[in-house]
Amino acid sequence: MSESALLWGQLFNGISVASILLLAALGLALSFGLMRVINMAHGEMLMMGGYVAFICTTLFGKGPGLLVGLVVAFVGTALFGALMEITLIRRLYGRPLDTLLATWGVSLVLQQAARSIFGPIGVEVTAPAWLAGSFAIGGSALTGLGIPAVRLFIIVLAALVLGGVTLVIARTRIGLLVRAVHQDRGMADALGADTRRVDLAVFALGTGIAGLAGAALSLISPVTPTVGQSYIVYAFLVVILGGLGSLTGTLLAALVVGLFSATAQIFTSLGFSDVLLLLFVILFIQFRPRGIISQRSRALEEA
Amino acid sequence: MSSFLPARAFAPFVAAALLLSPLSPPPANAAADTVKVGVLHSLTGTMAISEVDVKNATLLAIDEINAKGGVLGKKIEPVIEDGGSDPAIFAQKAQKLIQEDSVVTVFGGWTSASRKAMLPVFERFHGLLWYPVQFEGNECSADIMYSGAQPNQQILPALQWGEQKGYKSIFLLGSDYVFPRTANLILKKHIVHDGGTIAGEEYVPLGGTDFSAIINKIKVAHPQVIFSTLNGDSNVSFFKQMAAAGLPSSKLPVMSFSIAEPEAKAIGPSLLEGSYAAWNYFQSLPDPVNVKFVAAYHAKYPGAPVDDPMAHGYLDVYAWAAAVKKAGTFDIEKVRKAAVTLPFIDVGLGETKFATNQSLVQTAYVGQLLPSGQFKVVWKSSGPIAPQPYDPLTFPGKTCAI
Repeated sequence: MSESALLWGQLFNGISVASILLLAALGLALSFGLMRVINMAHGEMLMMGGYVAFICTTLFGKGPGLLVGLVVAFVGTALFGALMEITLIRRLYGRPLDTLLATWGVSLVLQQAARSIFGPIGVEVTAPAWLAGSFAIGGSALTGLGIPAVRLFIIVLAALVLGGVTLVIARTRIGLLVRAVHQDRGMADALGADTRRVDLAVFALGTGIAGLAGAALSLISPVTPTVGQSYIVYAFLVVILGGLGSLTGTLLAALVVGLFSATAQIFTSLGFSDVLLLLFVILFIQFRPRGIISQRSRALEEA
Repeated sequence: MSSFLPARAFAPFVAAALLLSPLSPPPANAAADTVKVGVLHSLTGTMAISEVDVKNATLLAIDEINAKGGVLGKKIEPVIEDGGSDPAIFAQKAQKLIQEDSVVTVFGGWTSASRKAMLPVFERFHGLLWYPVQFEGNECSADIMYSGAQPNQQILPALQWGEQKGYKSIFLLGSDYVFPRTANLILKKHIVHDGGTIAGEEYVPLGGTDFSAIINKIKVAHPQVIFSTLNGDSNVSFFKQMAAAGLPSSKLPVMSFSIAEPEAKAIGPSLLEGSYAAWNYFQSLPDPVNVKFVAAYHAKYPGAPVDDPMAHGYLDVYAWAAAVKKAGTFDIEKVRKAAVTLPFIDVGLGETKFATNQSLVQTAYVGQLLPSGQFKVVWKSSGPIAPQPYDPLTFPGKTCAI
């Protein structure tokens, strides 16, 4: 494998990391962007998705279990998110610090629940045979570069999820309501939009996507009670860098973070590339405090 | 607040009793036929997964010795404390064990951070700690008995195994903390000294899950073997992503220094199958003494894997008991002097004894992971290896004299 293949390989890795970040951050972008709810339990939604994937692959075998797992993880965590919204988040609107503490509590409860049910040491999810290989690419500059099928799968999945969410927001009635509430909550409310139900739908959709992401990411990461913690910081980073309330911004931010970190690692170590990445984000926020895509929205101005 | 009244009323008597107590004989049943030892491991927090098992193995040895009549006619009474996976709590509990419980010795510790935190306590209050885990060396204290492997008993034998297999180009990969950094520092000196090449050296933060860039670098570097000091869950990500990238252990062998039987079970044997590990003990060692030890452990904890630190925890109690018998007293100074003059004993790890630098003389083994989650021993050192706390090539001129 040549040096130029390393470059191309890192380019692919950057996109792969971006797709992982996008999956992890999309749900957060929805609930944080629209509702100003800082959901500290978002990482645990990913963790729940991972355990759902484990249960389904154990029950139905690796291949079908994974596909069933993706669906069950989405629906299951969406329902859990809805329950959380009704019992907790709804009662704490307009009190961001209280929501932060309450959702942090939920995250601790869920971690301990996973520990009590599945044990502290994590469970095993492995990729089915059709995702186990990698595509070797011939050609002069790229010889030796293999593209792992499982990473390709996650990129495609992230693209599908992003496309799906964009369609829902742009084309459906609930999407219209979401946009209305996002632009001006008070006015939408006054015009008869049921903002409570919009919040519920958005929060459930956000947690559902997190669950789906967790099921997919279990193919390349461990499934342990605390695995959510390793995603949450980067997910917030992407949401803030992207700009609150913008899906395009979230996508761009995921790409920027993924590619930045992958290219930096050609020249330096993983630890130092993280330092560079955070420095870059801090500088960027200095010049564009509202992120890559800054939305003009009354809801944001009041916040 | 009526409950205070009697106490206050009795206060003069209590004070008098306290003043008299040094003169009065100790309560007959407590002190006469039992002796207290401390068992200090993390029973809660992240390290509990590993340390609870070592505590269990330590207690098994205490039970076995008690069943045979104890030491110097006294039953051993373990005082179990929880280090809570926090070095500061380890230090605090060590002090409590020495000062309040007046234990004659302490068995415990796992992470180097916990050992470093306890060290000043044992030095100041004059206690004796038996430490059961392999570590990075570079430490030498009269108040600690180091039974876990020094670098020259785990890492360097693994290098010797690699060289014998003809591996010249080695990639070093580790979690970013003191043990991997020091281990690789020593490995690099020896690889260069022996005429091999270092294909690369990379670290990930503890708990890191993204190995895409590192795997790319591994592909470019074309090493013949990877020496991994990755810790915990990072191993799951690493082995999953290596397999996805078309580099399973069968194609590019990995030698891990932090994966023993319980970790293999947790990570998933199917993911690790064919990879190697270097330790001073494997559950599968055919030694009849070991078969007995594993059977005794399984009688109490059915199906639980047994690993190197557990065997060392078990060994430490037997070594302490033997030293006490030889010294004829529980006096710490005399016990530790007696401990380094004991003959070789075998409790399952093969022939072992404490050297004068208070570290253990022991054999190194290399095992290859089977689908069952057990290791098949594929290599062993030519005999028990004398411990070297300071690697002469890496830290010339430093010696450990106690």
